[in-house]
Amino acid sequence: MSERLSGSLISLRGVTKTYGSGQAAFQALKGIDFDIAAGEFVAVMGPSGSGKSTVMNILGCLDVPTSGEYIFLGEHVESLSRDQRALLRRHYLGFVFQGFNLLARTTALENVELPLLYRGLPLAERHAKARAALALVGLTGWEHHTPAELSGGQQQRVAIARAIVTQPTLLLADEPTGNLDSERGAEIMALLTGLNREHGITVLMVTHEADMAAYASRTLRFVDGVVGHDTSYVGAD
Amino acid sequence: MIWNALLLALREIRRNLMRASLTVLGIVIGVAAVITMVTLGNGATAQITAQVASLGSNLVIVRPGQRMSPGQAAGWAPAFKEDDITAILEAVPAVRSATGTAQRGSSLSYLAENTYTPVIGTTPSYPEVGNWSLTEGRFFHDGEQRAGRAVCVLGESVRKTLFAGTSPLGEKIRFRGVACEVIGVLAPKGQSAMGQDQDDVVLMPLKAYQRRVAGRRSRQDVGTLMLSVRDGMSTEKVVKEVTELMRERRNLAPNESDNFSVFDTKQIADALSSTTRILTALLGAVAAVSLLVGGIGIMNIMLVSVTERTREIGTRLAIGALESEVLLQFLVEAVALSSFGGLLGIALALIASFGLTSAMNLPFVLDLNIMLLAFIVSASIGVLFGFVPARRAARLDPIEALRHE
Repeated sequence: MSERLSGSLISLRGVTKTYGSGQAAFQALKGIDFDIAAGEFVAVMGPSGSGKSTVMNILGCLDVPTSGEYIFLGEHVESLSRDQRALLRRHYLGFVFQGFNLLARTTALENVELPLLYRGLPLAERHAKARAALALVGLTGWEHHTPAELSGGQQQRVAIARAIVTQPTLLLADEPTGNLDSERGAEIMALLTGLNREHGITVLMVTHEADMAAYASRTLRFVDGVVGHDTSYVGAD
Repeated sequence: MIWNALLLALREIRRNLMRASLTVLGIVIGVAAVITMVTLGNGATAQITAQVASLGSNLVIVRPGQRMSPGQAAGWAPAFKEDDITAILEAVPAVRSATGTAQRGSSLSYLAENTYTPVIGTTPSYPEVGNWSLTEGRFFHDGEQRAGRAVCVLGESVRKTLFAGTSPLGEKIRFRGVACEVIGVLAPKGQSAMGQDQDDVVLMPLKAYQRRVAGRRSRQDVGTLMLSVRDGMSTEKVVKEVTELMRERRNLAPNESDNFSVFDTKQIADALSSTTRILTALLGAVAAVSLLVGGIGIMNIMLVSVTERTREIGTRLAIGALESEVLLQFLVEAVALSSFGGLLGIALALIASFGLTSAMNLPFVLDLNIMLLAFIVSASIGVLFGFVPARRAARLDPIEALRHE
């Protein structure tokens, strides 16, 4: 991860994404350009089918653009192999999935230490870091409970702990409050805001709800495969 | 990386202990079957070898007709005569003692009891050559042989049938119009290597047999010659010398093949154990098929497991697992399952073969090599049948996998 481009953590330049080919081809992204600086808290909004999931997959290095450039930490992600992208995810990214995606019949501690296992950390260090991450999301004392024994809000916190246990550069959250009531949702948002402010983790969050987006410092609104509205430009004006 | 994969695999097996145990059942049964079959076969071979050894390691047997091998009938050949025995003793000094036998199945009766048994005419050196001892009475002596007296020695089985509880000595048993006085009883030897009851026999002097029991056409015939070789002398050399002598006595031209056969006990043991070995291999091969079935069972369950855990695999890939790491995880899981099955199978086989050998009165011969082989094979089955599911898991698209319901 050599050169850094002008302080931007993320740069998208002319990114398009087309699914299928020929007559059945569907263009999900029609040319996207934006930058995200380290330390931002960005909400991504838009109706379903607007391309926000596609752009999240590309930002998360899970998918590559059909054309255009995606530069993350100075790397041209679109030209990396599958394994190279996996290593980027391992070392710099944290994911909070919509459906939590915790391993069933596996304790909170084991779920949280999973990313550390792939980093090859020794057992003692894994446990210490996983406990610390669980403490950070307020789940001290719940280490040995399995997902089935935890409430939805607690499961989401375990998922967040798993995403931040590696101290990622970028945290991608896909509707982190989607399955929660507004009170739990507010708790999760407070947690994400704290991680962003106190730990300097850049956060990108997909959400449908305007009051959740209000926690973010910037909102990207997607419409029909393009960025329809970007509040950073509003703020800059 | 291997260590991590093993840790993950063991966690996964622990999470699904019931399913894991059912999955490995095929391997367990396959491994247990193979090892048990081979252990039983080895036991049978060992028993045959021991039985043949009980004949005496220094025994040489001469039979008329060509050597019998599996699937080959003996052609007709002239029988031996009594003077062949004396000729061998004179010409081959390495032979310590020699005897000959002729036999005929006969109905025996004593009072109201009846039995059908081979009556064998032989010479007084029979116990010495055949390694027999007596539990009661005595064997007939040269005088009785020369005089052709109607005296006989009973095998243990015959004694039991005709004289349950009472002593047979001095009693007369009847067969083929002969009233024969019982003068001794042989110590039991049990079944022979060929499965015959060696104790179902009545022995009488050869002279008396030829005169009163043998059929008119075979009056002078002696069926089998048995030679006991002096300690320290080579049986092979005796076989060679006896063969030369008999060719001469039977007037065989150099271009004619032997119309008799001479063999020592080692050869008998080899012939018999080769049959058992073939059977063992056959049974082992049949049992090995069940190992294959067990392997397919593992593949099936691993495929189900990959489908069921698609979201989990997606999560792992998204978190940053490499393709090779996911592949290794599932492969190690399959190998851990199959090796565990192999170990259980070995344990089961030990119990089963111990029980079966003692039930079948066979010696319990433990073959460490076959156990090691069974374990290696079961582990390889894990690699072989775990590979396809593991590759399927590793090649999943993380986005699709995360969406999987």
